[in-house]
Amino acid sequence: MAIIKTQDLTYIYGEGTPFRKVAVDNVDLEIEQGEMVGIIGHTGSGKSTLIQHFNGLMKPTKGEVYIDGEKLWDDKAKLRPVRFKVGLVFQYPEYQLFEETCYKDIAFGPKNMGLDNKEIDKRIKETARMVGLTPDLLDKSPFELSGGQKRRVAIAGVMAMEPKVLILDEPASGLDPKGREQILGLIKEYHQEKKNTVLIVSHSMEDIAKNVSKILVMNKAKLYCYDDTVKVFHRAAELEEMGLAVPQITRVFNRLKSMGIKIDDDVYTTKYAKELLLKMLKGK
Amino acid sequence: MIKDITIGQYFPGTSPVHRIDARAKILLTIAFIVMLFIADDIRGLCVGLAFTFITFIISRIPLKMMWKSLKTILVILIITSLLNLFFVHTGEPVFEWKFIKITDNGIQTAVFMVVRIACLIIGTSLLTYTTSPIDLTDAIERLLSPLKKIKVPVHELAMMMTIALRFIPTLIEETDKIMSAQKARGADMETGSIIKRAKALIPVLIPLFVSSFRHAEELALAMECRCYHGGEGRTRMKQLHLKLIDLWGTIYLAVFMAAVIVINHIW
Repeated sequence: MAIIKTQDLTYIYGEGTPFRKVAVDNVDLEIEQGEMVGIIGHTGSGKSTLIQHFNGLMKPTKGEVYIDGEKLWDDKAKLRPVRFKVGLVFQYPEYQLFEETCYKDIAFGPKNMGLDNKEIDKRIKETARMVGLTPDLLDKSPFELSGGQKRRVAIAGVMAMEPKVLILDEPASGLDPKGREQILGLIKEYHQEKKNTVLIVSHSMEDIAKNVSKILVMNKAKLYCYDDTVKVFHRAAELEEMGLAVPQITRVFNRLKSMGIKIDDDVYTTKYAKELLLKMLKGK
Repeated sequence: MIKDITIGQYFPGTSPVHRIDARAKILLTIAFIVMLFIADDIRGLCVGLAFTFITFIISRIPLKMMWKSLKTILVILIITSLLNLFFVHTGEPVFEWKFIKITDNGIQTAVFMVVRIACLIIGTSLLTYTTSPIDLTDAIERLLSPLKKIKVPVHELAMMMTIALRFIPTLIEETDKIMSAQKARGADMETGSIIKRAKALIPVLIPLFVSSFRHAEELALAMECRCYHGGEGRTRMKQLHLKLIDLWGTIYLAVFMAAVIVINHIW
């Protein structure tokens, strides 16, 4: 069964005012349990609005959202439990830290769930390990940490709720290349360890290509396509027309193919490209 | 949503009321207030009422905005009218029952006060409807600049006001975002007792404070990089010029003012 399902989902900002804007337009989609999905699209394509429907932060103007088979917005009291089931990490989550220590900040979510202290403690230790925070950092004030560390604390704060679905909005934005790699790496590890559904919003194809099995493309408030990573990158020309760059290595291989060289064009990581090229060169 | 709160209530437009220089508009508004207060009977006040309505129509601001600005002082209006109604005891009694005594003078004063306050609010809110907050602060700075002679930091005050106005939308947006983020972590801000709800605001207020300080620091740095050193010798991009339309506006108000004075003295 699909963990996230939407039907006809439409959201309109400022209905009935001159500023009316359709942010999400008739989106139908089903995301299966355990999938790692990348959501890509231009700024203003509706990505962020879309994901805020998945945990009931935004109410659809039209259409329905089902989480784990349950219809959202039928009963307002059921919204809070949904937020524990679908964990959402906003863009620049480090700006939401507020507690005296990192430990307490990570505990905020689990505490709201009403867990007992022993369970909370266990979860904090586990998530801290997963995001790569050393135990001594847990007793420090989050405001003393570096940008990258703060972000880890913020992500841990959501992970500690052990949501069935983890959604991250641009988790790597504003970090240096090494920081990006680390954050995306730990998200991938989390996915492999927990086998949970993970959704990553990003506009960097390189980041997405390396880590996800399926890609959801949003274009001008509409769902453009939702398919396996390979199949989506096969449509490189269409993506480029939309102004979304495919990974550089995919572009190289597409070009080689159009030059008449017999080569696979489903290449989107440098690692795979290397293997393929070596095999080809040896074969000659 | 929290974004719907309008603080600057500016309605962009190109009507003559919009085009009048902001300085002139402030002075004319003050003159308008004076006019309302020198009108000492209901006929003079009708002239003021007519002025308010005509100006509102010229400005092409939707008439329902008039009601919107009145709504905020509705309670004051009701209290004023009731006080006048029951406590003015001069003139002919119209209605008497036990200790309640309503006289014709009382009714007159009540109506008079309500109309005066209503005109006052509608007229002054027209100033903020038709002038952008930035223009307003500029104009206030210029109008108050003589005070610089007695060492009042007029420019600095105006700059602070401009910055405050500039950051209101930014902070509203940020509040919205932080609230969503904490709600996503299960924060419950809508239910519970007042104390519980006040406590639930802490996770929003602390990050908001932190980011305000960050904004202040960044802005100060950016201003210093652009060699900002206060008002001394500073020129401006938008020069304020008095134009013909400001003269017309003055004449327009002067005519009404004259009418009020004539009514006061001749009748």
